[in-house]
Amino acid sequence: MARIGVFVCHCGENIGGTVDCAQVAEAARSLRGVVHAVDYKYMCSDPGQNLLKEAIREKRLDGVVVAACSPRMHEPTFRAAAEEAGLNGYQCEMANVREHCSWVHEKANSTTAKAIDLVHIQVEKVKRDAPLHPIRVPVSRTALVLGGGIAGIQAALDIANAGNQVILLERSPSIGGHMSQLSETFPTLDCSQCILTPRMVEVARHPNVTLYTYSELEKLEGFIGNFKATIRRRARKLDEKICNGCGVCTQKCPVKKIPDEFNEGLSQRRAIYIPFPQAVPNKPVIDTANCTFFKNGKCRACEKLCAAKAIRLDQQDEIVVREVGAVVLATGFRTMGLERFPEYGYGRHPDLIDGLKFERLASASGPTAGVIRRPSDGKIPETVVFVACAGSRDEQKGVSYCSKICCMYTAKHAMLYRHKVHGGKAYVFYMDVRAAGKNYDEFVRRAVEEDGVKYVRGRVSRIYPDRGQLVVKGVDTLLGGEPLEIRADLVVLATAVQAQQGSEEMAQKLHVSYDNHRFFAEAHPKLRPVETNTAGIFLAGACQAPRDIPESVAQASGAAAKVCGLFSRPELTREPVVAVVDRQAPPVWSSCVGCFLCRSACPYQAIEEETIRTRKGEVVKTVARVNAGLCQGCGTCVATCRTKSIDLQGFTNEQLFAEVMAI
Amino acid sequence: MEPTPTRAEPSNGTGTFQPKITAFVCNWCTYAGADLTGTSRIKYQSNVRVIRLPCTGRIDFMLLLKAFARGSDGIIVSGCHPNDCHYTSGNYHARRRWIVFRDLLEFTGIDLRRVTFAWVSAAEGAKWAELVDEVTNRVRELGPYREYQALLGAGIE
Repeated sequence: MARIGVFVCHCGENIGGTVDCAQVAEAARSLRGVVHAVDYKYMCSDPGQNLLKEAIREKRLDGVVVAACSPRMHEPTFRAAAEEAGLNGYQCEMANVREHCSWVHEKANSTTAKAIDLVHIQVEKVKRDAPLHPIRVPVSRTALVLGGGIAGIQAALDIANAGNQVILLERSPSIGGHMSQLSETFPTLDCSQCILTPRMVEVARHPNVTLYTYSELEKLEGFIGNFKATIRRRARKLDEKICNGCGVCTQKCPVKKIPDEFNEGLSQRRAIYIPFPQAVPNKPVIDTANCTFFKNGKCRACEKLCAAKAIRLDQQDEIVVREVGAVVLATGFRTMGLERFPEYGYGRHPDLIDGLKFERLASASGPTAGVIRRPSDGKIPETVVFVACAGSRDEQKGVSYCSKICCMYTAKHAMLYRHKVHGGKAYVFYMDVRAAGKNYDEFVRRAVEEDGVKYVRGRVSRIYPDRGQLVVKGVDTLLGGEPLEIRADLVVLATAVQAQQGSEEMAQKLHVSYDNHRFFAEAHPKLRPVETNTAGIFLAGACQAPRDIPESVAQASGAAAKVCGLFSRPELTREPVVAVVDRQAPPVWSSCVGCFLCRSACPYQAIEEETIRTRKGEVVKTVARVNAGLCQGCGTCVATCRTKSIDLQGFTNEQLFAEVMAI
Repeated sequence: MEPTPTRAEPSNGTGTFQPKITAFVCNWCTYAGADLTGTSRIKYQSNVRVIRLPCTGRIDFMLLLKAFARGSDGIIVSGCHPNDCHYTSGNYHARRRWIVFRDLLEFTGIDLRRVTFAWVSAAEGAKWAELVDEVTNRVRELGPYREYQALLGAGIE
């Protein structure tokens, strides 16, 4: 026979002012199984909690119902109190008589009647509450960081410096990401590579970091603390350990005319190449799609010329399987392609470029050694037009959001151009200038006031080539919508920041959710911004939403702190609200018939197969088993099960039907 | 089975029919949304009794029939909006199951106006109040669900 205690809270006047709490306690006393029922002014206060603890001890209660506020508010409080008194915390339930009753109804008998019903529902539930224990799972203290841009590097360094192992995975041949391509950074105008390359070297040299460049994640299995990552290390076609990075091969390779990705196609590279001079690791890679040997089996020039004999043309991709406890997603972004702009000639004109190309033109390490020259004829442009919001905040382009970084980098571009070409004219077409950030607005003002950049508020309707120049047609909305035509030598579009190529597949691989723009979704937009809905997988940088460098770094450190928090414990404890499959004594063994409908319903791949055997080892049957580490406790499988063989702890079928019976 | 106390007819004292509404809601969206209704002190009619579940995907639709059998006059099922499920896809399962179940209900002759399927997010406190009032008023007009009790008498449950 159950021994239930009911505690009705007045919450000052919050509940007591509307609901007759004494009457609720009185009514509760008449419920079957209730041996103790009281009302008290503030149950969550220390004396209130003591009331609960004493009653549990003295009346030997095996279940308590606290009729007070929402369980989302104080359930942990009362569960902890129950635990202190020696009762299992999961045998404490809350009846929500404040948010769902006293605050939303007038003072009336019907309101008190509702409170009584709510208590009754919970009494029926708590009677059927089994004592549950938090699930403990071991943690492997290695983090997998996906993406070697600034966010990934920062996260890897922070996690590694805390004494944990890190695997840093990068798809391209070198880490560095977009930041390595930038010339100077706003709002301080310090050189991007000068601040980034030391970090790149530091992460590569860190004893706790294993760097896998030119590698991709094939699949991720498992659950928080216990993931198994399968990594494909693509063949560089050379032995990284022997290669000393002398670069002779990259100078002698006969295939020369391949657009250089690092310079955004503004220069050319060979078929064997080092992506950029400061690449980490500073080892070449053979581009097998363009290499003569891989096309028709002849050449081998690099192999012949390599003094260290490091070239391995027969090298194959390698599959590495590593156990990791947490994953940080830092896969970054891409920018919208110019082919999406018919009004600007689909980007077919060489002097119509995007922001990243301009970064390479302005960079001292770029193809022009930092001299701004237009791509078509190498002339120094006298008039440059910058178009902000190219694609951003444009529903027709499918981008409703603000790309956030363009206002700032456009101001920077215009400023850099004015610094480098003193007589040049710089125009910026903008919708609004969004420069929220430390020293950001001052930076934009500096571009306007000190560097004489002309800001025109209006959108550009058309850009077309005419006699060696580009005609930019726009409107100045601050001059009453005056049409404007500027003949420019170079036009730079601040194209929209978009989710990384393949982010959808990545999200599906990791079972994390993504938003309608394919950015990865955080668990909560405000309170859990670096976590995903999948436990153990965290977010850093622009893979979540457009971000600038300081924000990416801050978020990466935030994600790293979460990972370190996870790794600081030898074991993980999780809520025991998980599904379990019925198991019983022979000859039935389990009522599960092994149809595995539950597996198709489970969003977490938590359903496994289990073969039941007799002691002699004979197979009885194959049934479903729930991996408690993966199960998040949604209970979709329970509603799907045809034989009612699977049940959700804490929300069992028996409990829910009993609750309905109480209504 | 334990005998349960006889149901006290909720009454506002005016003698009008007070329907009994049972709501099956998910913990993450609608339950939190109803909490917000409370925190915002938005008033609604007190006829509803909320059963909390982790997810609408957990709802075994037999629960709905059981609620009718226990004298509910109207039922609300509400969870996260499509795409917002805390468990990624539980609400899609619920929706799909509901579509099939609705056909079954219609076939069995159950008045579909008594069952309301809705999405209320954690931010939609006002919407929860509107939903409850709307359902309560509709069911009040329909009157007590005596037909179901008649079905029960005929041995159908």
